[in-house]
Amino acid sequence: MRLVILDDYDLASEWAAKYIRNRIIQFRPSADRYFTLGLPTGSTPLGCYRKLIEYHKSGDLSFKYVKTFNMDEYVGLPRDHPESYHSYMWNNFFKHIDIEPQNTHILDGNATDLQAECDAFEQKITAAGGIELFVGGIGPDGHIAFNEPGSSLVSRTRVKTLAKDTIVANARFFGNDLSKVPTMTLTVGVGTVMDAREVMILITGAHKAFALYKAIEEGVNHMWTVSAFQQHPRTIFVCDEDATLELRVKTVKYFKGIVDWVLWKVQFKGNQFWHLIVTKV
Amino acid sequence: MPSNKSVSDAPITQFINCRILRDHCLQREDLWVRDGKILNPEKLFFDEQGFADHKVDCGNKIIAPGFIDAQINGGYGIDFSQASSDINGGLSLVAKKILEHGVTSFCPTLVTSPPEIYRQVIPEVRVKDGGAEGAGILGLHLEGPFINEEKRGAHPPKFIRPFKKGGVVDLTEVYGTLDNVALVTVAPELTNSGPAIRELVRRGITVSLGHSMADLSQAEEAVMNGASFITHLFNAMLPFHHRDPGIVGLLTSDRVPAGRTVYYGMIADGIHTHPAALRIAHRSHPAGLVLVTDAVTAMGLPAGRHTLGQQEIHIEGLHAYVAGTTTLSGSIATMDMCVRHFKQASGCSVEAALEAASLHPAQVLGISHQKGTLDYGSDADFIILDDTLTVRETHIAGQLVWKK
Repeated sequence: MRLVILDDYDLASEWAAKYIRNRIIQFRPSADRYFTLGLPTGSTPLGCYRKLIEYHKSGDLSFKYVKTFNMDEYVGLPRDHPESYHSYMWNNFFKHIDIEPQNTHILDGNATDLQAECDAFEQKITAAGGIELFVGGIGPDGHIAFNEPGSSLVSRTRVKTLAKDTIVANARFFGNDLSKVPTMTLTVGVGTVMDAREVMILITGAHKAFALYKAIEEGVNHMWTVSAFQQHPRTIFVCDEDATLELRVKTVKYFKGIVDWVLWKVQFKGNQFWHLIVTKV
Repeated sequence: MPSNKSVSDAPITQFINCRILRDHCLQREDLWVRDGKILNPEKLFFDEQGFADHKVDCGNKIIAPGFIDAQINGGYGIDFSQASSDINGGLSLVAKKILEHGVTSFCPTLVTSPPEIYRQVIPEVRVKDGGAEGAGILGLHLEGPFINEEKRGAHPPKFIRPFKKGGVVDLTEVYGTLDNVALVTVAPELTNSGPAIRELVRRGITVSLGHSMADLSQAEEAVMNGASFITHLFNAMLPFHHRDPGIVGLLTSDRVPAGRTVYYGMIADGIHTHPAALRIAHRSHPAGLVLVTDAVTAMGLPAGRHTLGQQEIHIEGLHAYVAGTTTLSGSIATMDMCVRHFKQASGCSVEAALEAASLHPAQVLGISHQKGTLDYGSDADFIILDDTLTVRETHIAGQLVWKK
């Protein structure tokens, strides 16, 4: 894994957005070869989405040949409810960019046959050629997408019941009324994300620090499903200083020390984009 | 890629680079229009996988719902209360000209008139959608004849009349038909006004209190019977008194039934109401303020002397006098002038000034689900203004009908 530590939330968001931008540009997507991107929701990636929108508006990044697959959606919440993940993606991302509607994929939490909807989602990913880069976050209980503690590490897209921790964490979006938070979701499985060619996990804030510790300093454990990515060949964890608070000083010093910052130069339409990346694993 | 044809074939226009008035504030959002209605772009994206056919750059201007004028007696030489040979021609002329003031819907107003005038004029006026030919007609505003002679203002006294036969019968006797009537002004202290008010409300007509000597309890009783509007607050009613607030007291009355709002028309031309009075009314009950022009025949005519019907009028700036006197002969301010003056005199926000001329009139007329807002599904009647609140473009049903 690569562990990239930035000073604060804004810098971490910007680093992640630049990485996504450069990966898309370098891929040179076209009508025959789309760039497939897995996307998260929640408060952590908001800064990253804002930066991506900025790059699009300044003309540096187009989503015309990008296909997106979101990780999850609530079951039973009306699609136009302000807290649905459809609303989130529309308001925070899709309405500001040039992505084509048929290239976006979000699970339908109101489908009549939920498992069939999940199976169809898996097939759409396969049909699109698999995910090139899956961007995700981490829950306070170490979950990736809604793969709550105890989820199989080889699971596929399916219906999940939310853990109490997650319901409490989400209550703030439902007027702090626990009874209004949906209790079931459709989510991609740990296995589904593991199939992606590259995975980038965004973790910011002190409240995620313990989960990060469990994810990367302890063993692979289905109680902290993000730990599965220790066994993925290309994973980047992007975090801010606060998220490292529960890591051993030695770990942080190690990753900061072995950094070989290289300027990654990407050429696009006569502009050159430079980005600092870590080369050593 | 066109939208899913199973929903609609119609072209979709997206207005970008603008600030729209929605949910009571100016937001940086795009405005989407299809088929003459405001479109929900999120639904379009997910349900239809559709996108815009045309994008219009608004140069960072303000988009607001079109203004609605609930009280306008005429303009440009036309007097709605005259039984001319071409009533609809006169209506059309005014309807077309007021597009320039940002008005997309209006209620042609008839002052106190003899029954023959009502018989000739009312059947000619139809509720009509607006368009390139002019602003839409929401229905007539019948201001009189059931008013108090002592507060008649400029209304001819000999045609003022009471409810002789118990209210309801008088209405049909005087007006003939009540079809295409949106608003009626009555003086509630007249005997038998109660049944008349209830009947009008039952028919979906908004009842307004005005040209009246009513005290507060008479006014409150009228509100209990269903009245919901006050005609040009302060003018043609008893002045506010601290021991008997009169109709003005409705603004802060505690006897207004729960869930109901009493709205009040204000002529904000700086002449008919002192700015301090405007501020007192606005601050005590901001949600009820409805801007009206109460414009007369002389509105829109250039400065100087004009002969209008039996009267000689002299126009100077925003004042229209009976020629040779200092007697005001009615209001000639346009709706956009009223909006600007209201904002400047009250110090209110841009949103409040715009809503006083769009949302609030729609609410008092009971049409706010369709007009007066930029909510999804509403009629796409809107105006584009710059930051000085000067109207630059008027659109009705999504079509550009006037441009500066």
